[in-house]
Amino acid sequence: MMQDLVVHLVFIGYALAVLLLFGTVLTWVERKQAAIMSDRIGANRAYVRIPFTQVKLVWWGLFHGLADGLKMMLKEDFRPNSYDRFAYALAPWVAFTPVLLVFSVIPFGGTLVPAKLLPDASALAAWFGDRTYSMQIASVDAGLLVVFAFGGLTIIGAMLAGWSSSNKFSLLGALRAGSQMISYELIMALTVLGLILIYGTVDLNAIARQQSGVMLGFLPAWGIFLQPFAAILFLTAAIAENKRIPFDLPEAESELIAGYHTEYSAMKFSMFFIAEYANMLTASALLVTLFFGGWDVFPGLAFSAPPWSVTKSIVTFFAFWTKTLFFYLLYIWIRWTLPRFRFDQLMDLGWKFMLPLALANVMVIAVASWGLVAGGIGLGHKGALALAGMNVVLGAVLFFWYDRGRVMGGAAMRARRTMRADTVSHLGGH
Amino acid sequence: MAITVKTVKRPAPGGTSYVRATLRGMRLTFKHVFQKKWTMQYPEETSQQGGEAWTISKRWRGTHRMSVDENGKAKCVACGLCPQVCPANCIKLVPGEDEKGNRYPLVYEIDEFRCVFCGYCQEVCPEEAIHVGVHYQNAEYRREDFVYDLERLMKQTHEVSTLWDPADPKGQ
Repeated sequence: MMQDLVVHLVFIGYALAVLLLFGTVLTWVERKQAAIMSDRIGANRAYVRIPFTQVKLVWWGLFHGLADGLKMMLKEDFRPNSYDRFAYALAPWVAFTPVLLVFSVIPFGGTLVPAKLLPDASALAAWFGDRTYSMQIASVDAGLLVVFAFGGLTIIGAMLAGWSSSNKFSLLGALRAGSQMISYELIMALTVLGLILIYGTVDLNAIARQQSGVMLGFLPAWGIFLQPFAAILFLTAAIAENKRIPFDLPEAESELIAGYHTEYSAMKFSMFFIAEYANMLTASALLVTLFFGGWDVFPGLAFSAPPWSVTKSIVTFFAFWTKTLFFYLLYIWIRWTLPRFRFDQLMDLGWKFMLPLALANVMVIAVASWGLVAGGIGLGHKGALALAGMNVVLGAVLFFWYDRGRVMGGAAMRARRTMRADTVSHLGGH
Repeated sequence: MAITVKTVKRPAPGGTSYVRATLRGMRLTFKHVFQKKWTMQYPEETSQQGGEAWTISKRWRGTHRMSVDENGKAKCVACGLCPQVCPANCIKLVPGEDEKGNRYPLVYEIDEFRCVFCGYCQEVCPEEAIHVGVHYQNAEYRREDFVYDLERLMKQTHEVSTLWDPADPKGQ
């Protein structure tokens, strides 16, 4: 029992460190990548000087994140004149905590065997015996449900912040955040539903384990190869959930100053900020777990299967983080490419475009998996391939018919819409 | 040039594709990752070191400079046109007269902090004495240090501004 406690405390400490400290480094990563993508060099000045020497550790400006964090701590904690004291102080925590909770159910590596950690450490081996731990803070059977339950809570943080700071812009931002996140949460859940149909479980570690096989002798059995279409939808919905560009309407600078956290400063603002970056990290971790094999290393290397050794634990750990960072970089890439949507476009995209697609996806997957099981092919790898084929058909529909002019209506679309509305009111008038 | 109205051609409904446009945009930004970076690492490298990409225009209006005649005296005759024309009211001039009746400035001060660098003083000067210069690094630690007196203005060595392009004097 003591052993379990120790291991889990280590895991918890690690998760906090990653999400908080690493989060500050990630802000620097974002700045740097943004600069490189726009032909600049980017933040490369901040350094740490070793005391009493002239040795400056610049490290390409890696300390910019820390400098920003330090600045935030030393800033004046400004509060607006009239505000709801309780909700105002509560909001950053409500926005921030769920992100940590979501991360707690994501497996970040294979299985850890503490007894093997140190060579010839008989005391450690004796104390831990043959206990094994999956690298996951909370191995909950309902992992995916926990993700959605707590992921939904971040909206409340944004809403509280917007409402309590008694500022019109904050309130507008909060309203936008609310409607946007609710719309896209639905899509996210529907997308994952199709995945649950295939995997047959909501335990994230079990999902990761299922993906560690090989298809057709060379293809890893990752979710992306079974459901590429769902992966794209999930990625889009996740960006919208994180309120990132092109879906950053809740904090659109040109329209709303800073949206729901306009009235926040110093560490309270910083918490929203860290929450956003940690949220991004969690979203990419989730994407990796659901669609890219989680901690599974490329098949054929036999790193993801028992018996577990220390090497295997470490390799799977880094496999998970490499993939997660890749998707983090993808998020930044998307952010610095696309312009922001208009709000009606955002809602159109959510309800008229992605929701039908997600529903169609679930339908196709459900019918297909039923057909495959009934037809005797089963949901093995052959069946998976058939599913991938259906996804390709769905993707073709998306690219060559559905996408045309429906997402970004532009001026012509708006004109047509108002014309229709005029006609309706005209008819109603008579 | 006559003013015209440019009509932007909008694609018809159904003629646009967001997904494809997104992918194209992402390809474009990805290409830029490998392209040449244009940042000038300012304090270490400056345009005044004569780098290729970073030269300032000859028409740049920066720190003032007072021209000097062959005897080493300021060319200024204290006519009073520059403080008159100065929109920021940053030139202070007290005229004096020597025994031969030549006017010269007793006090001539330019507050570089107040100056808006319009270059009117250079334009109006009948003696081509006061100039704005091709120079921008004039940071100081104290406010008073931004007030340049006559001696300091004469000591400046930077190139003076060509207010207009000699090849195109009317600015066309």
